[in-house]
Amino acid sequence: MRLQYPANVKIIRLPCTGKIDLIHILRAFEKGADGVYVVGCLEGGCHYIGGNLRARKRVEQARKILDLTGIGGERVQMYNLSASDGPLFVQYAIEMNEKILELGPNPIKLKKDAAA
Amino acid sequence: MIVADKKPVEEIIDYVTDCKNILVLGCNECVTVCEAGGKKEVEVLASTLRMCFLNQGTEVSIDEITLERQCDHEYLEEIRDVADRYDAIISLACGVGVQFMAEKYHSVPIYPGVNTCFLGATEKRGLWTERCQACGNCMLAITGGICPVSRCAKRILNGPCGGSSNGKCEINKDLDCAWQLIIDRLKALDRLEDYEKICSIKDWSTDRAGGPRKVVREDVQS
Ligand code: SF4
Ligand code: SF4
Repeated sequence: MRLQYPANVKIIRLPCTGKIDLIHILRAFEKGADGVYVVGCLEGGCHYIGGNLRARKRVEQARKILDLTGIGGERVQMYNLSASDGPLFVQYAIEMNEKILELGPNPIKLKKDAAA
Repeated sequence: MIVADKKPVEEIIDYVTDCKNILVLGCNECVTVCEAGGKKEVEVLASTLRMCFLNQGTEVSIDEITLERQCDHEYLEEIRDVADRYDAIISLACGVGVQFMAEKYHSVPIYPGVNTCFLGATEKRGLWTERCQACGNCMLAITGGICPVSRCAKRILNGPCGGSSNGKCEINKDLDCAWQLIIDRLKALDRLEDYEKICSIKDWSTDRAGGPRKVVREDVQS
């Protein structure tokens, strides 16, 4: 399909979204990521039965912690799509990218840079 | 095992709000199994605190260590050389571990990072329930292996109270009546005659009523 998606989306491949741990998401923000989104298979369609449902819970946990730390829970998001749905993948990438651009940079990154 | 639950992070932040060097100290035993104070929870709490402080613009160094146990001298000794580098240690062990740490290390305040709840079992992931109140004089032999001390809301020892209905306890419709469980179990074991035996007044001096307790075993002391 050779579809284009925003260049500032960095893809990290996993065997299943169930492999994601809460700490992976938090570390990304600690290191200055402006947003993280998890793209899993459709609910009910997980090859490992419940990996994407687990991922959703972890995204929810991350959201609460990001709200508490003042970074903003809206910077993390779970999406589900069929593995073959390239156009929807692009649509989600654009949507997330726009949302993050609107929210601006990760506030701790700004503070770290100011301190340096 | 000892079951603990996470403490609200806001409460923990309040303890350490003016600190510059913090150690988050996990425990590899019970609190790891109940997902409240093991290595993973240490990582998440440390990361959360780091982000909180960074966002406030305060520079705080937060280290993470998880010991095999915090209720034994030898494991606590492992942090002997580093403990006084910190101006706060948040222990994610049960209340025993937190206290043992505080007894051993006097130069640094030790704060609890979990709420210690009860002695219980993992029914399934994310669901832990109470099974024992460490009464010091176990009576499970005559109650079909079901503990009326910890599982009956009234701790009664000779059959159900008048509030038992449809197998549920009167304090909560979702809670099994311990005595219904005991009777069902004794019936299944064909030992209902045990139920007929009157249990005499329990010696509560081995329970908390006798003050803080200890077990002394000279045979294993060195
Ligand atoms: S009878 Fe006492 S020791 Fe035995 S399970 Fe119940 S509380 Fe624990
Ligand atoms: S209903 Fe059963 S468990 Fe509840 S207080 Fe009465 S005897 Fe105990």
